[in-house]
Amino acid sequence: MNDALSSAFTIIAPAQISIALAVSAILFGLGLIGFLCRRNMIIMFLCTELMFQGAALAMVAFARMRMDVSGQVFVIFILTVAAAEAALALGLVVLLYRRRETLNSEVWSELGES
Amino acid sequence: MSGELSIPQAVIAPELAWVGLAILLPLLSSVVCALCGALRVKNKLPAIVTALALAISFVIIVRAYFAYAGPVEVPIFQWMSFEWGSGGRFQSFTANCSLYIDSLTLYWMLFVTGLGTLITVYASEYMESDVGGGYSRFFFGISIFLFAMSALVLGDNLAMLYLGWEGVGLASYLLVGYNYDRPSAVAAAKKAFIMNRIGDLGLALGIFMLWANYGTIQYSELFAAMKNGGQTAVDWHLSVIPFLLMLGAFGKSAQIPLFTWLPDAMEGPTPVSALIHAATMVTAGVYLIARLYPFFELHPEALATIAWIGCSTALLAATIGMMQYDIKRVFAYSTISQLGYMFLGLGVGTSFGACYHVLTHAFFKALLFLTAGAIMHGFAGQLDLRKLSGLRHLAGWRIVSWTMFVGCLWLSAFPYTAAFFSKDAILLQALTSARADFRFLGWMGLFTAALTAYYTFRVWFRVCAGPLHFEGGNEGHGDHDEHDKHAAHAAPAAFHPHAPGWAIKGVLLILALGALVVGVPAYKAVFLHETNWVQEMIAHSSAYQGSGLGSGLGSGLGLGDAGHAGPVSHGDAHTPTVLGMDAHTGLTVVGSTASIGGILVAWFFHLRSRKSADQLRAALARRWWLGWIPTAMENKWYVDELYHYLFRLPLWFGSQILSFGDKHFLDGVLVDGMAKLPLALGRVFRPLYSGALQGYAVTMAGGVALVLAWVSWVWLRGMH
Repeated sequence: MNDALSSAFTIIAPAQISIALAVSAILFGLGLIGFLCRRNMIIMFLCTELMFQGAALAMVAFARMRMDVSGQVFVIFILTVAAAEAALALGLVVLLYRRRETLNSEVWSELGES
Repeated sequence: MSGELSIPQAVIAPELAWVGLAILLPLLSSVVCALCGALRVKNKLPAIVTALALAISFVIIVRAYFAYAGPVEVPIFQWMSFEWGSGGRFQSFTANCSLYIDSLTLYWMLFVTGLGTLITVYASEYMESDVGGGYSRFFFGISIFLFAMSALVLGDNLAMLYLGWEGVGLASYLLVGYNYDRPSAVAAAKKAFIMNRIGDLGLALGIFMLWANYGTIQYSELFAAMKNGGQTAVDWHLSVIPFLLMLGAFGKSAQIPLFTWLPDAMEGPTPVSALIHAATMVTAGVYLIARLYPFFELHPEALATIAWIGCSTALLAATIGMMQYDIKRVFAYSTISQLGYMFLGLGVGTSFGACYHVLTHAFFKALLFLTAGAIMHGFAGQLDLRKLSGLRHLAGWRIVSWTMFVGCLWLSAFPYTAAFFSKDAILLQALTSARADFRFLGWMGLFTAALTAYYTFRVWFRVCAGPLHFEGGNEGHGDHDEHDKHAAHAAPAAFHPHAPGWAIKGVLLILALGALVVGVPAYKAVFLHETNWVQEMIAHSSAYQGSGLGSGLGSGLGLGDAGHAGPVSHGDAHTPTVLGMDAHTGLTVVGSTASIGGILVAWFFHLRSRKSADQLRAALARRWWLGWIPTAMENKWYVDELYHYLFRLPLWFGSQILSFGDKHFLDGVLVDGMAKLPLALGRVFRPLYSGALQGYAVTMAGGVALVLAWVSWVWLRGMH
């Protein structure tokens, strides 16, 4: 078991890491662009999830590269927290929708002073 | 300082401590009056307590007078005592609460407490409409005044004098502003207080300099130091001290340039005008100079200044008094004028004449004010002498009219009245002086005497003589306001004066009698060739050098020999004459002429043919070079306006500039500016917080990008 694990880690080449990091960056960039461009709160929320996954993928890739499982453990935690946060955020979105009968985030700009 | 008289060394006499009750009793009565005010006592208790306290004070002073054998110092307790350094003469300061009793003290206290008692009795009726209201406050003020005045006169050092000096100023402020709901009264009270402050500054500096030069402020030690030639004193200090002290005296006694507060102080209730602003407080300046007379003697020019100021004030105030229509204001200006005479007397070197005039003036002026008060009381505040006439024909007003007549005779120095002798003692000293300017002042004083007779009898002939007619004033006093209203309902056009009761009439009669009695010392001197009692009193006090007794330095009236020059001019040998006659006879003739002449002119213009006064005025008005004089006199020679433009306006202007600076620089730029800085910063950054969710995201992403760019820039640079 131990052997199999270590052999599985060792066969990963740095070029493959680059691919994983590129995918992670693309995921993050798509999430960011989606977050900035869309006004629908559910879509914006999904975009933040996308960014999460980008970051999580980068962690997993680095964990493989460094032969250190703590990065992967982190990802498990992130997923747990993200699940809880998703429940909370969707609940908030529902509440906000009930207030204004719309999902457009622009109606919620009262925090700005002017 | 040669001569057989000198200031006797005071003896320490602790057994005379009971005289201190004369200070303590008014203080106690003020406490009782304050309690009455706090407990809202609805009867005349405050007046009774005050009158009783003052009467006992008077009895104490009379007893002290009969027990008096020579100057004594009565230690009571140590008030202030400081030591530093070695604790020597100039390194310690002591002011005891002790009494210095000499004949001058007793002389002053006798009339202060005596008149205080009488005027309190008068006020108990005069103020009766305020019973339950301001009554306690009024008598509290009177008690505080008598307390302060007694401390001023009885104290054995200048600190106690200063305490009393400020205390009487406070009492004057409180009582002038008695009707605090009347803006004019409040303004008058402030004016009196502030103008006195200017004088008090001089007094305080004078006391400081006396200490700095002699190391003590106790009279007996000061006089002893003087006797030793005052070696410790710096020359130029000695010439400054009298001028500083005299500024204090001018403030308190309403002399040029600080006289304008006194006429305004007539806003106070009339008993206050009589007691404080005519008989007692305003003579404190004369007391100060008489008490410290040796220090004035050191500097002849200081005495000459006092003489000039006094005489100019006498003339100026008399000319203003000629054209006033308010009876109390006429009397107020006559007070200033008579105080001017007292200063003239001090200045030309007869402290006897000055102090005698203080006494006679206290009686007749208190009498005049109280008659004016009776009229004001009865005619609902009416004091315009054009609206009152022939009161002596009105039932219930005869006593007022005739006591007023007595007061007027005395004020105009009618021959052989007490004031005639006291005024002539002053004028004689001036006219027989070796100094030409003093002789000129003497003639100026005589001219003023004629004016005085005129304006005094102008009031009497207008108000008490002639056909009976009157109009009531518009001022209702409490309960008889009610009563007047009922009368007004019954007959709308008729006004029913409210005749004075016996407390008022009795006091008027006693004062008229007192005015007669104070002439007795002079009668005895003139007819029996005895020594004038007043002269005797002054001769054994610190003002002995102007008493005219002993040492041949000067001679007052009634000694048989006409006075030689005052102490100011030593060793002249000319025989003094007035108009070629013996000085004494000459002055009697001239003084009587001035007085009777003035009365006759007043009789012609204000009784015989009142129309001619108006015709004269109209005739004067037609001549451009004369017409302005009566108007200027009526407007008090525009002195108030002059002060307004000279002092108040520049001060106001300066205060506006400072206020502007405060508002716009200190407050505006510094304080508010500091507060605006974070606000401005906030305004710069506020657009970042637009409230749009994407805005925040862009900021965050931008921030991250910037950090990344910086990191990679540093990294790339490190690569080289």
